[in-house]
Amino acid sequence: MTQMSLAPPEARRLSNAYQNWYRFSRNPTAVIGAAIVVVCILAALLAPFITPYPEHVGAVVNFRARHQPPSLTFWFGTDNVGRDIFTRTIYGMRISLLLAFVVLGTAVPIGTILGLLAGYFGGWTEAIIMRITDIALALPPLVMALAVAAVLSPDLVNSLLAIAALWWTWHTRLIYAITKQIRTQEFIEAAETLGASKFHILFREILPNCVSAIAVKTSLDCGFVILVGASLSFLGLGIQPPTPDLGTMVAQGAGFLPDFWWESVLPGLAILFVALGFNLLGDGLRDLFDVQEVR
Amino acid sequence: MLELKNLCKAFPIRNAFGRKTGALQAVDNVSMTIAPGDIYGLAGESGSGKSTIARMIMGLETPDSGEILIDGRSIHDRSDGVAHGRRVQMVFQNPGSSLNPRRTVGQSVAVPLDAHGFPRSKRPARVATLLDMVQLPAAFAERYPHELSGGQKQRVAIARALAVEPKLLVLDEPTSALDVSVQAKVMDLLTDLGRQMGLTYLFISHDLSLMRNFAREVSVLYRGGIVESGTSDTVFGHPSHDYTRLLIASVPVISAEEAALRPVIPLIDGELPTPEQLIALRQAADRQA
Ligand SMILES: Nc1ncnc2c1ncn2[C@@H]1O[C@H](COP(=O)(O)OP(=O)(O)OP(=O)(O)O)[C@@H](O)[C@H]1O
Ligand SMILES: [Mg+2]
Repeated sequence: MTQMSLAPPEARRLSNAYQNWYRFSRNPTAVIGAAIVVVCILAALLAPFITPYPEHVGAVVNFRARHQPPSLTFWFGTDNVGRDIFTRTIYGMRISLLLAFVVLGTAVPIGTILGLLAGYFGGWTEAIIMRITDIALALPPLVMALAVAAVLSPDLVNSLLAIAALWWTWHTRLIYAITKQIRTQEFIEAAETLGASKFHILFREILPNCVSAIAVKTSLDCGFVILVGASLSFLGLGIQPPTPDLGTMVAQGAGFLPDFWWESVLPGLAILFVALGFNLLGDGLRDLFDVQEVR
Repeated sequence: MLELKNLCKAFPIRNAFGRKTGALQAVDNVSMTIAPGDIYGLAGESGSGKSTIARMIMGLETPDSGEILIDGRSIHDRSDGVAHGRRVQMVFQNPGSSLNPRRTVGQSVAVPLDAHGFPRSKRPARVATLLDMVQLPAAFAERYPHELSGGQKQRVAIARALAVEPKLLVLDEPTSALDVSVQAKVMDLLTDLGRQMGLTYLFISHDLSLMRNFAREVSVLYRGGIVESGTSDTVFGHPSHDYTRLLIASVPVISAEEAALRPVIPLIDGELPTPEQLIALRQAADRQA
């Protein structure tokens, strides 16, 4: 590493990126996880082009082809009204990923900012933020979503709101703990004496030290949010038919077990697959970054 | 340049339940005056309050009582609109923890430039100049601290402290985390920079041989209070306080001349006496005389 001192800056940056890539590629957990995640995301994005029967997403009825077992025409078989389960599974994946990205897209920034503020400023800021966090942490997201769905109407937006309203707390906890530990280090005091603004200290000095922990946690969380979303749909409180959702499909298919097993088992395996991908990726990243704080 | 007047600072002592059970007087009525261009040494063993004084000068800790004046103005008097950080900067003891591991050397050195509104377009050139000043290649700006040796990191910290051209630099044991061979190089660099830029130094150390070579004025701190001060030659050549003698006696000597300079200390049970024992011995001797 020290031999490279005379290389031009661009070459050094490249070599850093290359080193990271090399370490990543030698970590089988991370690579398998990343591969699964990429396949799922691509499938979700390209759903209209790669599915054989995109029209089966809606309320199509084709009774002559109902309860068909998996075959070359219907890879995952058909459901009780004759729709292609493979098509609906891919579209269901789309909804699951959308759910994860919306929930974490709001929960992670909010949780991170609150954690930074509480950890750095201490005092009243810390007391207020962390008490609210403790209260919210005591409520299981699934129960909260059930309550919201029961009071308001059971639909996607409400479930999203309910889950996002609780999920930030985990990130607040994590970032708070890291910030508390980092703020006592000399480089923070150095920045303070050098006249750096609070904004600079929070977002340019402390945040970069949280990034690997955030990446690991977010990746693990994607899997969990997808499971919670699927559970909600399974209970009939999430996405409403005919929109294809993996949880709803498992619930409906369960009524035809064991004869027409593919109607619930295959969408169920799809949930498992995507959740597993995110978990493997998160675990792999944790090994890679050597992050201790996360779970 | 810098004047400390009757500075006091106590830290509460808490028991396991967080209840205050007493106070530790970390800095006890310390006064000193540093003339512009001076190299002022502050010596004392671990825990004697050296860093606490430095932190109060930097505004990281508030004194319980007393005043800190820079050019005759209190450091809390900002009426002339000049930020505190432009008058005085600090080089921390441990270069391993005073640089952010997730930021490049260039980004770290640019922090004070950023904070004091230095034009963005001129920043890379200024960073290069600063690195050159501390004898590091400009390409180091792209490196992360873990790619640097301890001495190189401390040079970066010095460059960062000098970025907005403060007149006073507080050096809190700047070389105690470094190898002896590297120590000398860093001290040489500091001497050169001080001369070129007309800097005033407050040099804090428990390393007396280093202090004797580097500082012109010296104060010796013991349990938060100054027990002796004067020019470096007087304090180290003819120490008048027992604690100073004890400190000097515990420095490993290299030459016979240095050994000859050492005061004679009675051993108690074959070991050097503690400061309290030494003072008791001296008092006993005084009573007999
Ligand atoms: N924030 C604090 N809270 C409580 N006690 C403190 C705090 N900071 C320092 N002290 C105590 O004040 C005393 C002086 O500490 P200080 O760090 O100034 O010593 P020092 O001379 O710099 O020692 P060293 O050579 O080990 O750096 C010590 O006894 C220390 O335990
Ligand atoms: Mg100290």
